[in-house]
Amino acid sequence: MTNFLSLTEAVSQNLSHGDTVSFEGFTHLIPHAAAHEAIRQQFTNLTLVRMTPDIVYDQMIGMGMAKKVVFSYAGNPGVGLLRRFRDAVENAWPAPLLIEEHSHAAMANAYEAGASGIPFAVFRGYRGAGLKNVNTNIRAVRCPFTGEELAAVPALNPDVTFIHAQKANRKGDVLIEGIIGVQKEAALAAKRAVVTVEEIVEDFDDVHPNACILPNWTVSAISVVPGGAHPSYAHGYYERDNASYIQWDEIAADREHFLSWMTEFVLDALPEDLDDRVAKFRRAV
Amino acid sequence: MTDLAFTADEMMIIAASRALKSEDVCFVGIGAPSAACNVARLSHAPDITLIYESGTIGTAPSVLPLSIGDGELCETAVATVSVPEMFRYWLQGGRISIGFLGAAQMDRFGNINTTIIGDYENPKTRLPGGGGAPEIATSCGEIFLTMKQSLRGMVEKIDFFTSYGHGAGHGERQELGITTKGPSLLVTDLAIWKPDPVTKQFTVSSLHSGVTREQVQVTCGWQVQFSENVTTTLPPTPDELSVLRTLQHQTKVAHGQET
Repeated sequence: MTNFLSLTEAVSQNLSHGDTVSFEGFTHLIPHAAAHEAIRQQFTNLTLVRMTPDIVYDQMIGMGMAKKVVFSYAGNPGVGLLRRFRDAVENAWPAPLLIEEHSHAAMANAYEAGASGIPFAVFRGYRGAGLKNVNTNIRAVRCPFTGEELAAVPALNPDVTFIHAQKANRKGDVLIEGIIGVQKEAALAAKRAVVTVEEIVEDFDDVHPNACILPNWTVSAISVVPGGAHPSYAHGYYERDNASYIQWDEIAADREHFLSWMTEFVLDALPEDLDDRVAKFRRAV
Repeated sequence: MTDLAFTADEMMIIAASRALKSEDVCFVGIGAPSAACNVARLSHAPDITLIYESGTIGTAPSVLPLSIGDGELCETAVATVSVPEMFRYWLQGGRISIGFLGAAQMDRFGNINTTIIGDYENPKTRLPGGGGAPEIATSCGEIFLTMKQSLRGMVEKIDFFTSYGHGAGHGERQELGITTKGPSLLVTDLAIWKPDPVTKQFTVSSLHSGVTREQVQVTCGWQVQFSENVTTTLPPTPDELSVLRTLQHQTKVAHGQET
């Protein structure tokens, strides 16, 4: 049966220094609360895997937790660049950062291969693209039936994957709705999956039979953290805080400003604070 | 009362929107491509299928999304699928007719760089990277591009091949085993460009109203070629301008930038 834990315990019991860790959520349901807890617990030397590093990895990279990032789009969606990520790549601040860069198709396929228990993913990709010249994990295989050359990348199998979801039931089954992204694959590809949820409900008797559900025996730990995706969003609970994404560009532009913001809003904050931050983005039901 | 004065940006988005039809299935990039696609949907192409890479198929947002995964895209979509399914069944499966992309840096053959300025190992500027673009560029039936003209943006040689257009031109695309058409249209703030049938170099086919050939050349880093019969792009109609401006105003309100 699933462990229902506090966020502090869920992170400390499942994440270790030097782990390969994925915090997934494709624009929607980004597990910010779990990432903030990992920042407070000062994990280091992590290999951070995520299709779109987004603000969440900009914060972790800027706090010096990452030795490497595996990714496919390192922008602030709709706003511009990720300034802490840039500072690490261009100036090695606060520490040098190794990068392994892919396309979205490659990352999505690699998670799927990881969840499927096969060693690599095969797809029609990277044709004419420059990444295969700078990333030795992008290779080619020939179809044994047609002779067509296809792209191959290694499966992704993180030590632990963190995701945020709408709800769990009392047994610990987890429901993900809306833009489901790559979370199911990332959770099943990992050795351990940790889920933060908006709420616990009695049962899932009223959900659609084809809903995206992770059964309790695929989940290592669940923590209830309302607002745990902020400034991302939780479909059916609260909307995306687009203004915070726009403001992040200014916060992250300056090292001192970044550090003072992180101190006030992450290091000195509690998981419960996120509930207040999403209050004005909750829609009247 | 409609003020028929319009900006070059508005002309670019509206000219791009005119290239889209109701029967198109379009993979939408964020920014100007998203604006053009939604102006088309709200005016002359109401049945167009718009797809964003977050997995939303057949979406109809009332405001322009800030990201490719804003909630309204899902709420208004015909279906929302997982990201692996999006890239495997829908894009790689050949079900998308047009990929509509923007670019930070582009060459005359529609090859795009959104990865790096300078050397990959020692970048001068680290840009976001390709996201879905490398496979969008080769798996969609054809590619429409839009960008504002500048010497920094339209260059003789791009620093990195994030996504492939026509390579070095002529038949290079086919030689790599790519069976789709590649870039077939470029709409800038000054002109409409189409690839030369033989060399595949983008060639000006229409100048926007009031724009000179010199203006196009001084904002472009390669020697511009003009087609034999350069036409003039029709200026935006009052209806087109009204659709675009309403959409952009609603978007700013929704994103907390205007009241």
